[in-house]
Amino acid sequence: MIEVKSKFGSPAKVPAWVNLALIPLINLAAALFISGIVILIVGDDPIQALEVLFYGAFGYADAIGYTLYYTTNFIFTGLAVAIAFHCGLFNIGAEGQALMGGLGVGLAALYLDFLPSWVVIPIAIATAAAFGAFWAYIPGYLQAKRGSHIVITTIMFNFIAASIMTYLLVEVLIAPGGQSPESREFAELSWLPFFHDFLPMPDTPLNVSFIFALLLSGAFYYFVWRTRWGYEIRVVGQNETAAKYAGISPSRNIILAMALSGALAGFVGVNEVLGVHHRLILDFTGGFGFVGIAVALMGRNHPVGIFIAALLFGALYQGGSELAFEMKTINREMVIVIQGLIILFSGALENMFRPKIESFFKRKKTTTAARA
Amino acid sequence: MIKQFKIAVLAAAAVAVSGVATADEFIPAIVFDMGGKFDKSFNEAAYNGAEEFKKSSGIDYLEFEVTQVSQREQALKRMAKKGASVIVAMGFAQASAVEKAAKAYPNTKFTIIDMVVDLPNVQSIVFKEQEGSFLVGMAAALSSKTGKVGFVGGMDIPLIRKFALGYVEGAKYANPKAEVFQNMTGTTPAAWNDPTKGGELARSQFDRGADVVYAAAGGTGIGVYQAAKDAGKLAIGVDSNQNYLHPGVMLTSMTKRVDVAVRETFATAKAGTWKAGIRVLGLKEGGVGYAVDQYNSSVLTKEVIAKLEAARADIISGKIAVTDYMSK
Repeated sequence: MIEVKSKFGSPAKVPAWVNLALIPLINLAAALFISGIVILIVGDDPIQALEVLFYGAFGYADAIGYTLYYTTNFIFTGLAVAIAFHCGLFNIGAEGQALMGGLGVGLAALYLDFLPSWVVIPIAIATAAAFGAFWAYIPGYLQAKRGSHIVITTIMFNFIAASIMTYLLVEVLIAPGGQSPESREFAELSWLPFFHDFLPMPDTPLNVSFIFALLLSGAFYYFVWRTRWGYEIRVVGQNETAAKYAGISPSRNIILAMALSGALAGFVGVNEVLGVHHRLILDFTGGFGFVGIAVALMGRNHPVGIFIAALLFGALYQGGSELAFEMKTINREMVIVIQGLIILFSGALENMFRPKIESFFKRKKTTTAARA
Repeated sequence: MIKQFKIAVLAAAAVAVSGVATADEFIPAIVFDMGGKFDKSFNEAAYNGAEEFKKSSGIDYLEFEVTQVSQREQALKRMAKKGASVIVAMGFAQASAVEKAAKAYPNTKFTIIDMVVDLPNVQSIVFKEQEGSFLVGMAAALSSKTGKVGFVGGMDIPLIRKFALGYVEGAKYANPKAEVFQNMTGTTPAAWNDPTKGGELARSQFDRGADVVYAAAGGTGIGVYQAAKDAGKLAIGVDSNQNYLHPGVMLTSMTKRVDVAVRETFATAKAGTWKAGIRVLGLKEGGVGYAVDQYNSSVLTKEVIAKLEAARADIISGKIAVTDYMSK
């Protein structure tokens, strides 16, 4: 935990709970407050809207299933962006890496789904990781060896990935006789089990990828803070010159961090393609990769924080569609405004309240110290 | 005895009343796709159809605009659960969602537009866009001075290629030497709403000599029409009648009567004459066509209209065969 705190730069010595809980909560409250004002202007009751949002996200079994299903995607992309952050890299390409991961899953399932489940599912998961990793490896390599800026290359790779997907789905993988750009449905034995297959709950897209995401979060913690590789990545992220001086190769770690980041993003494909749609479709990533940036920022690049932030965004996505359903004045643009405000306050305006809160606690600390 | 009888009567009455109440309550529903209901094109046409139904019948409808892929199935199921009598799903992309929702709610009526789903409680409405595009392709070639015409598609998918192919065939039918430039705006759903890029593509086609451009690109078309206006060229609208957008610039619009399809779906479901199965709406059924109104009377000449009408009759009679990209 100490590393997390110091990771975020400032030498401020504030209690951990302030950093990890209080500041995010204040940011969230401010965002909700502004959203409330917007809803008032549109002519609706903000308290009721908040109730619908909350009930729609957690109020009944279907809702919880959908919330956790969205959460799964956000955990994957949040972890993906976080590992790159630890190496000082800003990976905006999680969207494209997720698409390629889905392509890997799709190809494995389409060509191998005559095999038994216990063979085809692990292969599909492995190809998702491999395709995602490959898609991030190239920008990582270009950054490490050629100095091409990772932000630019990863954005461009999003477009390339989208074009490849469209080409393959329109020309090659499209279901025979089909009209919309979708592959055929995979054989049923290659599907990931849904939660409603083994738990008494209604049909939702929630599947075992959620458990996989939680396991990966644990592995993420172990890797970043308990292994030499994780240590090297963090050193490169914090000070490249110091890393070089210590004999750590920055370019090797940049490439490693990006490949891992891409592999993590690729798992969105596992949840969406193998878990939910059971066929390769065009736009299954639906912006999860970009929201992953906000999730990683809010979650302080720590798996626990990422889980909480992912849950928040999952709840916003599910509760948001409930809002659009139940309240006529609130349409989908309003929902995007609310989500945008939360991203704005927790990401871009992250440092608005932080200095004041930190100095408040620092002052408190020095006065108590002086008295003692 | 009498008391018991009274109770029985009351109970029967209660059952009857509540039974009538549920059977009487007609709730139509519509699920718009990613473009949103105000896309000035496909979804908006459906919205207009639903609004017309609301005005004439006084019955309000449930609606939802999809922003996420997985919301399609969720929305359709939510509508069914809420007791919707008939649910219209807009767009080819909702096919697999309709398939799942229709299997889960076999007693609910579903209508999908632009796609075929073969289930006993699903009605599929598809349009012969190639026939309408053929006619506007003719109009473009006949009105062009350079013999070069352009096509700007939205997202590169089979449906839009279907528009393009009909357009090319129409242009070549009217003028065998006509040259047709084709561009797609993009490969992602963002291509439906990128007027800037649409304008760029139109301008590049004008630079190559085209003087009529047809946009089948949803909201992207707005930029194409603006570019045509700025360059003093002609443009052709799509889906809804868009002639009013730039009078004198819009040569015509390829109309696809999605509004009529939605209104009729609601009306037939209410009247009990709704039937599952495939409905194909082409020139013959009045499902597609080209728009003639006061806004384009100055650009679409009588001679051109006469030729288009002759071709329309020939297509309906089968004398002209327009290729369907989907069955190619």
